[in-house]
Amino acid sequence: MTYEFLQQYWWFLISLLGALLVFLMFVQGGNTLIYTLGVNETEQRMLLNSTGRKWEITFTTLVTFGGAFFASFPLFYSTSFGGAYWLWMLILFTFVVQAVSYEFQHKRGNLVGARPFQWCLILNGIFGPLLIGGAVATFFEGSNFIVSKMNLTDGMQPVISSWANASHGLDALLCPWVLVLGFAVVFLTRILGLLYFMNNVDDENIRSRISVRLVGQTIPFLILFVAYVVHLMLKDGYAYDPATGIISVVPMKYLDNLLELWPLAILLVVGVILVLYGIIRTIISKTYIKGIWPVGIGTVITVLVLLLLAGWNNTAYYPSTADLQSSLTIQNSSSSEFTLRTMFYVSLLIPFVLGYIVYAWRAMDKKKITPEEVQQDEHLY
Amino acid sequence: MNLLTIDPQAIDWARAQFALTAIYHWLFVPLTLGLAVIMGIMETCYYRTGRQFWRTAARFWQRLFGINFAMGVATGLILEFEFGTNWSNYSWFVGDIFGAPLAIEGIVAFFMESTFVAVMYFGWDKVSKGFHLASTWLTGLGATISAWWILVANAWMQNPVGCEFNPDTVRNEMVSFLDVALSPFAVDKFCHTITSAWIIGAVFVVGVSAWYLLKKREEVRELALESMKIGAIVGLCASVLAAITGDESAYRVAKVQPMKLAAMEALYNGGEDVSLTGIAAVNPFRQPDYENEQEAPLRIAVPNGLSILATRTLHGYVPGVNDILNGYTRPDGTVEPSAEEKMERGRMAISALAAYRKAKTEGNEAEAAAQVKVLQDNFKYFGYGYIKDISELVPYIPINFWAFRVMVGFGCLFILFFAIICYMVWKKQGIYAPLHIQEKFTGWKAKGMHWLLILAIILIPCAYIASESGWLVAEFGRQPWTIQDMLPVGASVSDISSGAVATTFFIFLFLFTAMLCVEINIMLKQIKKGPEL
Repeated sequence: MTYEFLQQYWWFLISLLGALLVFLMFVQGGNTLIYTLGVNETEQRMLLNSTGRKWEITFTTLVTFGGAFFASFPLFYSTSFGGAYWLWMLILFTFVVQAVSYEFQHKRGNLVGARPFQWCLILNGIFGPLLIGGAVATFFEGSNFIVSKMNLTDGMQPVISSWANASHGLDALLCPWVLVLGFAVVFLTRILGLLYFMNNVDDENIRSRISVRLVGQTIPFLILFVAYVVHLMLKDGYAYDPATGIISVVPMKYLDNLLELWPLAILLVVGVILVLYGIIRTIISKTYIKGIWPVGIGTVITVLVLLLLAGWNNTAYYPSTADLQSSLTIQNSSSSEFTLRTMFYVSLLIPFVLGYIVYAWRAMDKKKITPEEVQQDEHLY
Repeated sequence: MNLLTIDPQAIDWARAQFALTAIYHWLFVPLTLGLAVIMGIMETCYYRTGRQFWRTAARFWQRLFGINFAMGVATGLILEFEFGTNWSNYSWFVGDIFGAPLAIEGIVAFFMESTFVAVMYFGWDKVSKGFHLASTWLTGLGATISAWWILVANAWMQNPVGCEFNPDTVRNEMVSFLDVALSPFAVDKFCHTITSAWIIGAVFVVGVSAWYLLKKREEVRELALESMKIGAIVGLCASVLAAITGDESAYRVAKVQPMKLAAMEALYNGGEDVSLTGIAAVNPFRQPDYENEQEAPLRIAVPNGLSILATRTLHGYVPGVNDILNGYTRPDGTVEPSAEEKMERGRMAISALAAYRKAKTEGNEAEAAAQVKVLQDNFKYFGYGYIKDISELVPYIPINFWAFRVMVGFGCLFILFFAIICYMVWKKQGIYAPLHIQEKFTGWKAKGMHWLLILAIILIPCAYIASESGWLVAEFGRQPWTIQDMLPVGASVSDISSGAVATTFFIFLFLFTAMLCVEINIMLKQIKKGPEL
């Protein structure tokens, strides 16, 4: 295994984690719909307990995404988190309040009542995907930072990376295309949430409403997603010369990547088809409730391809709009060969981890959530 | 290229924010770790005996576990990312080593915890007894493995091993994963921290059970007595192990962090035959005048005690604050340089790094080779090159001194307390005497039982105070270093204004405090309600 292979491998794993995170944000999407999809308390409790059994997996994936990025690409971790401070803090605030909103909401002794926690779930449901989608968009649109490692030798100002304006990440939200991708992710997570409810909640009233609501979420998602993909294929990208380390702007770099890495193009098409198949079949069929699986798998594949396009094929995955040569690439931001190799061996545990997650998921979701269950079991949320 | 000037106040706000989030996180995690063991034992009893009583007991404590677990998760999320948001320079400088334990924690531990906790809560009537029992233990195991990896990371901050500095990439890089993952410092720290968490779980269970007995809640009397029995046995074992592992940890601190030990003991001037301070009048509100005072006032000490504990020899040499600052000669003849010399050599290392990089850029290989030799010869003191005044090298002694005594004092009390309960269980005396005998208790016996139960409740907050005190010693004693001797706090922060960090500090303070108040109230209501019989 060469150093280069390990770097590409770890970008693949990071991209996969990111893709899984987007899929698992069906929890967030579903949470934005609980209080409109469910028309009475029983229905709302069913929906709450449906996502409530999965929120920790999403949370853990977010945490592991951060930890894995730290271990494999520490310069990204330090530059982005330390620079885009407010963007990441907003993401973290929404997830922090989500964590307790399930457990505390209906418990006796809840000092603030259920409503604030319900709002926390909704806010996390909207802003979590929006901001994470926006953060991912900055991989393509660029961010305003400068890296200078030799600052370490300046005893007065030793910090090696800085944001080049005072907004510390909020400036990303002024870029329209960042918002386009962010809102595309919001609608996607709502679609995934609806499909998860369809599969997990055994209630005909809720299921019939889901079929209708799906249309309303799919149309804006498709518009935003197609617009972003077209924009991405036509925009300039940032190429890296592995021999000299020089980073340059290249027209239609991401389209170039897609054509050079043509298996990814095939995967992208497969992913999109799966997403469309799952949504359309759910809308038109009165009995099909497994749409979450083709749409979920399609989502993972599609997001995986987009993230791979961001970093593979000598592309700067975190371009700097303040100083082009400060842009981050897989090559210049990764951990050492020793660390990546060590972590490679750790990554061999991932199939085992996925295996037991699937096993536990199936064991728990075999019995769907019913109105009787939420009315009788006091241990539920 | 010079970047924006670092705001000095941002350093202190970043430290304050990390301390705040870590202290809050450590309010919830120990109960998760400790209750996990006790729940696991109770559910195992249910699995083996089939008695509905044990299912009721296990579900009751799991209910309380769940209320607490969410807060542990919420506060932990911030910490995972805070190394990047507030300590970006640190994240770059040592991320090659430090990032790996955090990633492994997520992959191996967090997924285990988050997967099986859902089965534990919601799977009682969905999965088999065996699978549910396994899920309960795997939830606890996941939490424990998570503790292992984060403590490996923290231990590495105290004693950086298994790494080398790479002047071409301008960072430290891992050269031995096993040195990092299995360092004796990490092993001791893990054992000590886990056993302290079991103490908290045990104290909590015993305290809640004591409340039921005090309130004469007859319907849960059996649950209270059985829970107290299990809690006391776990607590006694954990307390004794915590004492043993604490001694091991302090021994290692003496070897690799002598300034921390000196601060813990308020030892201004060391030597041989150093006594162990039991108590002294160290002013909690200001740094003592260690340069001019011979020792802390009104000191009561055990002769040779510190020499024995720190060196495992009767007359062992233990350096004090002034010895470390001024330099000293060890008994084996080796010389520890003075702080001024270390700072000078640190500056040489930093300058050599700059000169090396300049020479490489210019293609001057001979000069580069010469400079890298200077760098390697002085790299051990690289971090000292950022220190401006030797007083920065002395941690705030009062916090270290008093926090250590609070921790050890309560630790001894817990051993005694659990031993008393275990004795009663063994001999079927006191609260474990048959009811018809207890009804005849009068005078000091009756009062004694009453006050013992009250003490059990009072010890709940005391256990938390002891546990947090331990972390105060560990982290305040490490100052000014984020990585001992390698990188001070001033060179570790992100380039963010103090206003921004202060803002997020107060947001976290408000959020976490509000959530804590809600959690405590929910817990109290749940305890008052009792288990579902």
